[in-house]
Amino acid sequence: MTTLPGRDHARTLLRQMLRIRRFEEKSAELYTKGKIRGFLHLYIGEEAVAVGAMQALTSEDAVVATYREHGHALARGMAMGPLMAELYGKANGCSRGRGGSMHFYDAGRRFYGGYAIVGEGLPVAVGLALADQMQKRSAITACFFGDGAVAEGEFHESLNLAALWKLPVLFLCENNLYAMGTALHRHQSQIDIAHKAEAYGIANTAVDGMDVLAVKEATRRAVEFIRVGGGPFLLETRTYRFRAHSMYDPELYRAKEEVEAWKQRDPIVTFTARLQKEGQLDETDLKKMEAAVDAEVAEAVAFAEAGPWEPVEDLTKDVTSPRAEE
Amino acid sequence: MKKITYREAIREALREAMQKDRRVFLMGEDVGRYGGAYACSKGLLEEFGPERVRDTPLSEGTFVGAGIGAALGGMRPIVEVMTVNFSLLALDQIVNNAATLRHMSGGQFSVPLVIRMATGAGRQVAAQHSHSLEGWYAHVPGIRVLAPATVTDAKGMLLSAAFREPDPVIIFEHAFLYPLEGEIDETIDPVDLEKAAVRRQGSDITLITYGGSLWKCIEAADRLASIGIDAEVLDLRVLRPLDTETIFASVAKTHRAVIVDEMWRTGSFAAEISARIMEGAFYDLDGPVARVCSAEVPIPYAKHLEEAALPQVDTIVKTAQEMVQSHG
Repeated sequence: MTTLPGRDHARTLLRQMLRIRRFEEKSAELYTKGKIRGFLHLYIGEEAVAVGAMQALTSEDAVVATYREHGHALARGMAMGPLMAELYGKANGCSRGRGGSMHFYDAGRRFYGGYAIVGEGLPVAVGLALADQMQKRSAITACFFGDGAVAEGEFHESLNLAALWKLPVLFLCENNLYAMGTALHRHQSQIDIAHKAEAYGIANTAVDGMDVLAVKEATRRAVEFIRVGGGPFLLETRTYRFRAHSMYDPELYRAKEEVEAWKQRDPIVTFTARLQKEGQLDETDLKKMEAAVDAEVAEAVAFAEAGPWEPVEDLTKDVTSPRAEE
Repeated sequence: MKKITYREAIREALREAMQKDRRVFLMGEDVGRYGGAYACSKGLLEEFGPERVRDTPLSEGTFVGAGIGAALGGMRPIVEVMTVNFSLLALDQIVNNAATLRHMSGGQFSVPLVIRMATGAGRQVAAQHSHSLEGWYAHVPGIRVLAPATVTDAKGMLLSAAFREPDPVIIFEHAFLYPLEGEIDETIDPVDLEKAAVRRQGSDITLITYGGSLWKCIEAADRLASIGIDAEVLDLRVLRPLDTETIFASVAKTHRAVIVDEMWRTGSFAAEISARIMEGAFYDLDGPVARVCSAEVPIPYAKHLEEAALPQVDTIVKTAQEMVQSHG
């Protein structure tokens, strides 16, 4: 059992997880109302991973995420309004309505985006780490990906290259047991994902991804290892997605009992209960926190609703950079 | 002036780019100790060290993707992919990442990455080392596609791409061109990466081409001259964005166009050029546009079969001659 951090920090962790949960619940609701279209992959159930892991990073570090990246973006500190506006496809969205749910970016926070082709973010993370190494910066790159990605060649190629060049990359696998609808044991001959790092001589560990403190501690250690020049690290977080893969998924591939069993380990419910049990959070505090988060979500929706549409005349803007004056 | 090969021109550009800009580095299969599959980077490892001349594993998708990441992270990588055939292993990174990141991030990021690769047939290396797929890449918005055909362009385009381009650039080097010799100034200024170039002035017909086929067209034009046909030869140089202005100006002058392209005819880059002429210069034409492309066959090994599969000077001459004579 991990020990609780100080009262304020514990509450921050809870609030961050709650922000992600409520933001996504509202997104799902707005999806059914037709305000949001396209794909919407919810992170609900996995909040402890992004929130725990981001605690170990500094503002100098880079983040590469997946198409299920609402949680990573929020935990990285991106404001909720531009994220909701991006889901709406508005010009005040974090990608000016060009990316939608799967493609959030924030240059200022070194948040290099959601990658919607499984595995393709890993080589980019390797390159970001290479740039930091060559420019003698102490930053590391945290690369999030799912269990599905470990079947891709780019996973193996990226681990090999990062190990070969001793690059400061944290490979953080969010193992939620399903590559879309295909269970881990149906697509992997070796289901111990952390163990795969051994083939490349990469330090690795697996951690309970439903426990925010455990994720935080494991990430802190991994990042420390990387920062002192230990080379890349593979951290497998064992987690679970409570909702369907996307809004189109009828979930024919898993049993309701399995989902219910994992919900018993809900990272927010269990952490709340623990804080309450250890006297760090009373009912009034919790209600206050929930109200504040709900207000933030409501503001984000208002921001998105009020946002302008990108003028169609700007359709091809930013396909290429403006030409430098000769 | 001095006489150097196309290969040496590339090497000079790589050297100059690395000397002048600390952010530039090379990465790719066998670019270091081996000196490059086509010897373009020979000697550069010794000169710049393993930090800046990086041999990579045979992981095309990953080292191209790492190039994208390094470019995002403030470097100016020049990545060599041995041939366009191998680049298909990196197609995802090029098409889905390099080409999209600027637009999809609402202009927050740009990817100043140069990717060089050999292309084309004619060396009896069969169907997995001989393809011409430039048009596939030129199809994709968000990347600039170059096809230097001369020694000056080999050096100048690479230098301009490395120093001045804020977005991804793909440079296609026809493998047949590496030993080509040409006169070049000791130092050259950056060349433009926008315009097509008229390599030979003519008034009867325009031969439109790029890359390795340029020299076949020049030879064809010389032979056409001997039978009284004055052919203009237009080197596209830049496949994306396409300089239609220069194409239309030439067609307006000659009223006839033959497009020579080593891609297969179906869906070839020549098809795009033909469509543009139809859209923009139809009333300047005296007759239909013609194409000389590769036969619809995986490029075969045997010399006589390979020759039969590719655009050849004879075919270009014959096509041009028929066109001039049929609607002369």
